[in-house]
Amino acid sequence: MEKENVILEVSHLGKNFGTHQVLKDIDFKVQTGDVISIIGASGSGKSTMLRCINLMEEPSGGSIRYHGTDITDSKVDVPAYRAKVGMVFQNFNLFENMTVLKNCMIGQQKVAKVSRDEAGKKALFYLKKVGMEQYINARPKQLSGGQKQRVAIARALAMEPEILLFDEPTSALDPQMVGEVLNVMHALAKEGMTMLVVTHEMAFARDVSTEVLYMSDGVILEQGAPEEIFGNPKKTETKEFLSRFRNC
Amino acid sequence: MISDLNFIQRILYILERYGMSYLKGAGTTLVIALVSTLIGCLIGFIVGIIQTIPVDKKRDSVIKRFFLRLIQILFRIYIEVFRGTPMIVQAVFIYYGMAQLLNVQLGMWTSAFLVVSINTGAYMAESVRGGIISVDIGQTEGAKAIGMTHFQTMCYVILPQAFRNIMPQIGNNLIINIKDTSVLSIIAIVDLFFVHKSVAGALYTYFESATIVMAIYLTMTVTASRLLRLWEKKLDGSDTYEMADSMDIGNQMR
Repeated sequence: MEKENVILEVSHLGKNFGTHQVLKDIDFKVQTGDVISIIGASGSGKSTMLRCINLMEEPSGGSIRYHGTDITDSKVDVPAYRAKVGMVFQNFNLFENMTVLKNCMIGQQKVAKVSRDEAGKKALFYLKKVGMEQYINARPKQLSGGQKQRVAIARALAMEPEILLFDEPTSALDPQMVGEVLNVMHALAKEGMTMLVVTHEMAFARDVSTEVLYMSDGVILEQGAPEEIFGNPKKTETKEFLSRFRNC
Repeated sequence: MISDLNFIQRILYILERYGMSYLKGAGTTLVIALVSTLIGCLIGFIVGIIQTIPVDKKRDSVIKRFFLRLIQILFRIYIEVFRGTPMIVQAVFIYYGMAQLLNVQLGMWTSAFLVVSINTGAYMAESVRGGIISVDIGQTEGAKAIGMTHFQTMCYVILPQAFRNIMPQIGNNLIINIKDTSVLSIIAIVDLFFVHKSVAGALYTYFESATIVMAIYLTMTVTASRLLRLWEKKLDGSDTYEMADSMDIGNQMR
């Protein structure tokens, strides 16, 4: 009955690097407004899974349906699809040759073909949202990690994506900067942004997400509401993984 | 008689009689070096960019992949041939060879520009390729993630950064070209070195003339390297930035 709301439907997704099978038979759905946290140990395939979703990695098998269209099909216009699916990286990946403002404008101008004025306005709107509007003239190398990541979020938002992918957005940050980025993400979630977040921030996964996926060894071992996963995990492996984060 | 003069006097004597010839020769050298470096950079960018176009086995058609591969192989051969043979031989080969084999009589000027340009292009192609692959892969991913095509990623994100990285190489090539155009005297281009040979031969003043020519070459190369350094600094931009106040932001909004 909620079929209209489904943005992404991942089924039987697999990924091999050579003979090494990183993802095995991944299945899940993303609906409008979902905030899905993907947790699990390093090397469990979380990031690879996320990168397959916007085709930064080419899936080896299975399908990823975006509003019913399988985007792994060779006829799909990949850049046009990526413009609808924003991504925030662990290492920010801001364009080093542009100012903060230009970083948030270039995609709108060149990809979405929005006018310069319009792009500037929208860039500023989203930079304000992440609290970086004072830094429009700065270049990425002049910013701290937390500031860079907030600009990266604004850059992704300026494309007005339907869904935003976060690949360990706070993992490269000093502890005191993690908070400013998580606050921005929390605010976005509250506004109803659809988000897929690979994270090691258990508090965020528990308090902000609508659903949690626990991945281990290339499969989704357990998935459910955060209260379930954190309050009453069914699998011993999930329990053991979470026990290491108990005191946070 | 010139043999009665001392070293300094002999130099002054040569300069008085042949000063203009040296300047004209230097002008020729500079024009060939500058124009050829420019054209060479252009060739280098085109070849380097095409060499780094990725092939998507799944999405690109067989025809596109075939032609891309073919062009890439041809460019590879071009680079190896012109990097791997001396420019002096290339000059002779093209100037005389074109006439004998293809019955095309290239003027010596055309030959000169052609030889130095394609030579520079072969070196620059490798520098550009190096410049492109040295830009962090994250920059490409960041661009792709907001929906840019490979072409857009190159134009707006990668090439501006690659260009900055290979600026020292461009400078290197210009300086090498200023010096190496001297080999073009083999096809009778009257450059600075040709003037030196004529003057020295006429007056038997090899050491004095060489001194003058050394000084002129050095002046040209040092000036070129200083100017390029200034340009690099300009490209790097300011180390600081202005915090935008509400006024600026308001202006931006309008």
